[in-house]
Amino acid sequence: MSDPTTTPGARPLLEIKNLEVGFQSSDGIIPAVRGVDLTLMAGQTLAIVGESGSGKSTTASAIINLLPGAGRITGGSILFDGKELTNYSTKQMEDIRGREIGYVPQDPMSNLNPVWSVGFQVEETIRANGIATGRKAVREHAIQVLREAGLQDADKRLKQFPHQFSGGMRQRVLIGIGLSSRPKLLIADEPTSALDVTVQRRILDHLETLTRDIGTAVLFITHDLGLAAERAEQLVVMYKGRIVEAGPSREILENPLHPYTQRLVAAAPSLASRRILSATQESATHSLSDLDYAPTTVTEGIDLIAAAEERVERERAGGAAPTRRPDAIVVNDLTKVYKIRGQGKGSAGEITAADHVSFAVEKGTTTAIVGESGSGKSTVAKMILKLEQPTSGQILIDGVDVAPLKGRSLLDLRRRLQPVFQDPYGSLNPLRNIGNTIAEPLLVHKAGDHASRRARVLELLDQVALPQSLITRYPNELSGGQRQRVAIARALALKPDIVVLDEAVSALDVLVQAQILKLLAELQSELELTYLFITHDLAVVRVIADNVCVMQKGRIVEAASTDEVFDHPQEQYTKELLNAIPGAGIALGV
Amino acid sequence: MSNNTPTRGPGHFVAPLEETPLVAVDAIKLDERKSNLWIDAWRDMRRRPMFWISAVIILLVIFVAFFPTLFTQVPPNDDCQLANSNGAPTGEHILGFTKQGCDIFSRIVHGTATSLSVGIIVTILTTVLGILFGAFAGFYGGWLDSVLSRAGDIFFSIPYILAAVVIMSVFSAYRNVFVISLAIGIFAWPATARVLRAEILRVKQSDYVMAAQAVGVSNFRILLRHVLPNSIAPVIVVTTISLGAAIVAEATLSFLGVGLPNSTMSWGNDISAAQVDLRTAPQTLIYPSLALSITVLAFIMMGEVIRDALDPKARAQR
Amino acid sequence: MAGYILRRLLQAIPVLLGTTFLIYFMVFAMPGDPLLALFGDKTPNPALLERLREEYHLDQPFIVQYFLYLGGIFRGDFGTSFSGEPVSEILARTFPVTIRLAIMALIIEFVGGVIVGLVSGLRKGKLFDASALVISLIFISLPIFVIAFVAQFIFGIQLGWARTTVSTGAPIQDLILPAFVLASITFAQLVRLTRASVIETEGLDFVRTAYGKGLSRRRIIPVHILRNSLIPVVTYAATDFGVLLVGATVTEGIFNVPGVGRTLYQAIIRGEGPTVVSFVTVMVLIYLVVNLVVDLLYGLLDPRIRYVK
Repeated sequence: MSDPTTTPGARPLLEIKNLEVGFQSSDGIIPAVRGVDLTLMAGQTLAIVGESGSGKSTTASAIINLLPGAGRITGGSILFDGKELTNYSTKQMEDIRGREIGYVPQDPMSNLNPVWSVGFQVEETIRANGIATGRKAVREHAIQVLREAGLQDADKRLKQFPHQFSGGMRQRVLIGIGLSSRPKLLIADEPTSALDVTVQRRILDHLETLTRDIGTAVLFITHDLGLAAERAEQLVVMYKGRIVEAGPSREILENPLHPYTQRLVAAAPSLASRRILSATQESATHSLSDLDYAPTTVTEGIDLIAAAEERVERERAGGAAPTRRPDAIVVNDLTKVYKIRGQGKGSAGEITAADHVSFAVEKGTTTAIVGESGSGKSTVAKMILKLEQPTSGQILIDGVDVAPLKGRSLLDLRRRLQPVFQDPYGSLNPLRNIGNTIAEPLLVHKAGDHASRRARVLELLDQVALPQSLITRYPNELSGGQRQRVAIARALALKPDIVVLDEAVSALDVLVQAQILKLLAELQSELELTYLFITHDLAVVRVIADNVCVMQKGRIVEAASTDEVFDHPQEQYTKELLNAIPGAGIALGV
Repeated sequence: MSNNTPTRGPGHFVAPLEETPLVAVDAIKLDERKSNLWIDAWRDMRRRPMFWISAVIILLVIFVAFFPTLFTQVPPNDDCQLANSNGAPTGEHILGFTKQGCDIFSRIVHGTATSLSVGIIVTILTTVLGILFGAFAGFYGGWLDSVLSRAGDIFFSIPYILAAVVIMSVFSAYRNVFVISLAIGIFAWPATARVLRAEILRVKQSDYVMAAQAVGVSNFRILLRHVLPNSIAPVIVVTTISLGAAIVAEATLSFLGVGLPNSTMSWGNDISAAQVDLRTAPQTLIYPSLALSITVLAFIMMGEVIRDALDPKARAQR
Repeated sequence: MAGYILRRLLQAIPVLLGTTFLIYFMVFAMPGDPLLALFGDKTPNPALLERLREEYHLDQPFIVQYFLYLGGIFRGDFGTSFSGEPVSEILARTFPVTIRLAIMALIIEFVGGVIVGLVSGLRKGKLFDASALVISLIFISLPIFVIAFVAQFIFGIQLGWARTTVSTGAPIQDLILPAFVLASITFAQLVRLTRASVIETEGLDFVRTAYGKGLSRRRIIPVHILRNSLIPVVTYAATDFGVLLVGATVTEGIFNVPGVGRTLYQAIIRGEGPTVVSFVTVMVLIYLVVNLVVDLLYGLLDPRIRYVK
């Protein structure tokens, strides 16, 4: 099968054999891709899945020799359309790029040159690849490219600059550029990771239609297993620079054989929410623990179902009694209006970030606020944390209006209400060691003496499963997930009742994310915490939350229990969001 | 690799587990040595020859300034004889003589303290003013920022040497090291303030600042404990480089005749006095210029080394 | 764009008022007789003192003095020099010379600095880059008068390639050496800045994407790397114009170029305080105008500034 000479007529479009890529450093060459084999037939879509550092992007960059500065191909061969690309000269490679292999980069915000108009950047591609010549022909072709990419009034759009485009529109431009010369192969490196889920879905649908029409093969790089399975026939899973598993997508998802793939399947939120969904639909009495995917030791601590289970068990322990516990947080008609400086003459405009938002969070439960960027979800969180002043409306914490709180009583509120923020690299002061960071809340609230504070810090490190030796270490020695653990420990230092998690797991790799979600679930049952969970990721919500508020443009459009929202969404917007969860289209035989 | 690709192609391929053994998710790998910004920067700096060269020069300059007599026994002024005017080097007088017949080397050695003091006083002044203005403007924002930044803009709009020329013209009766340092420093601080303000605006956005607010840490403590320490790195770079610039400014003012009085020994004065004899006795100009330039170069080099060490982006660029 | 220009112009007004007030304040709000202080150890003749007293309205309260002086500036009246000639007339005579020198220096600085910086950045770590870095550091450390004297000594006296002093008409060929001297310091800064900017731009995502879409390096370097690198370089050039002004004063003085700088230089050397103040004010105004122009240019260079806000 793998030998093209024995199967005439089925020569692969791309055949990578034993590819080795290394990065030159002062300590010699550090390998990034180790012996990768990969075959892609014309018109096919293949996805490479892996975490950051797995070598998936490096493999893709190596094909068109776009490796960053110190990267070198150190071995193996890349056969594209019968041509050996590894010994191509710079000039030859320029002819391949764009013309025969298109490229769509990851972040639409940084991949268009801000000083040139969009039309200029499309036109120069057309000219460089010899698709059209002459001013007029090039211009017409550019309009056609943008129109194909799905931009309305493409001819007017040509003159505009990238900053006048939204992220989704910029990505459409980049896709248009990548496909402008009808290449045989398109390399799409996480093309929609930076976009909102609904935009992501529309753009990927569009990309699929385009490439099918042109007959372009797609090499799709992503960290999202659900997304990969949904968009590609073939799947390649990479781990530490090697391929650990490859094959048809459905087959791999249903029957992962390599322990690493099993881990990924267990940890992917999009798949977990599917699994929970199919279980609850199957039977109401079905216990979640029956869902446990192939309970092997490799998935321990990272199976998302385990986190969800913790929640269900906690509910049961709370007694089947229908008596509602008191509300920890009550928000009434909360509104926040930002004044912004308008265009040109300094006229002031207004943006309503939160528009009459009302909801309540029962003690000991988790409520998720879900929304896309600009929905106002973080603004609500900041107002509850009293980091922003509401324009109007009321916030009650344990029945007490927080608006008039000052001094001593405000400090008391802060003790009971703690946040964990998104960016693991920005959430800790890089110049203070872990011990001082966790102890700061204790110090500010004058809790105990030096010895008891130290003891508390050690206890907290245990609680978040970090070694005590970290106490004298600095944040830059830790990974993103470990930093989030420290941030959680700091939030728990004062034994709060309520924790506001503002996208606290969004920036983490899936396995680490699953681990942190499980930790959060355990801490919740152990310490009877109330969580307000802010996120853009509906899939994660399914795993962790009891209730959901869906926000759009500053308003709550739908609020109900998680099961209700997932099983019987009322609003069109909620349905769109649910449909946009990657992997939603896959029928999983759990 | 042929041994582990049995089912490549449309089939389902699984790599043998031995090839990539699973590692615990998010395992903690600690270096034996601790590391943070400053520790890393120091490790980086001490590997560079440029750091050691400039450090040795700076230490030498400081030493000469404090103990000039250890370096020369020749008095700089008392022993001048017009017979030696612009004379060539002799055994004891290794660099020759000035127009007044004074020993050039001795004058350079004894002038060190002047140049260095101006540099240090100006730097202290600009750093204190720059940190006060930059920190309050950047951290508190709002109307305070508007007022402080506009004030900075105004001071920034007068090139500081021109401003110093005017001040020194007005205070011509009080020309000494303090007045000249004040004249330079009072218009040189906005550069420091701008750098710090920009950095504080960036650091202020960090989640750890918000986390500290949510814990109830007071604003002033957040500024002192969290924001300022993380914003100070570029200020250190600017400060080191501006020390060199201040020494140049003093020399320029002395050269223009509005600097220190002729009775004060300074490199600037010596260079100024030597310009008339450029044709006949270039050494009278060249040696003090060399002393000045090497000192300034040392401070600027040090600033560059610190910049590279503190900025990982710049480090990756080399 | 019109809104941007208007906003910039409006923002320049408080700075203009502030700077002129500050200069005036430094000179005339000090205790004692400002005029006597300005003349230092010299004793001016009483007739001159009387004339100056009238000219600066010293019999009026300070704030009235300032506004009268400000009004004078707007009418183009910068006072009278020591010799009795109106400063505006001296300016009319000397300004063209300085402009000629400045344009020559700016061309040398920009063309040379940007080219050397670009090559240096593109060949980072190579011999050319290393030498450019070392040489530029040395130039930055040298005070401009040292550079001027050394250039005068080597090219004027030893090699005889150029005149050590400029002849009266200030012909272009005489200005070449002073222009190079004047350009040298900012040139070195510009090399370093362009280099850093080029290296940063080269690492940006859109440059990688430009390669990805099939553009050749020959096109990417000018269109995507150099074009974007120029934005910080131009901003810097504006703030560094102050260094150029001080440099012009020293260089024109040393090479005897009959421009605005030399007039200021001689006034400083001779201790003619009031003239010094007038000319410093003129230079600060030039500096403000140049900064304003560069700010507007910045809007042309960066569409994000032009269209947003």
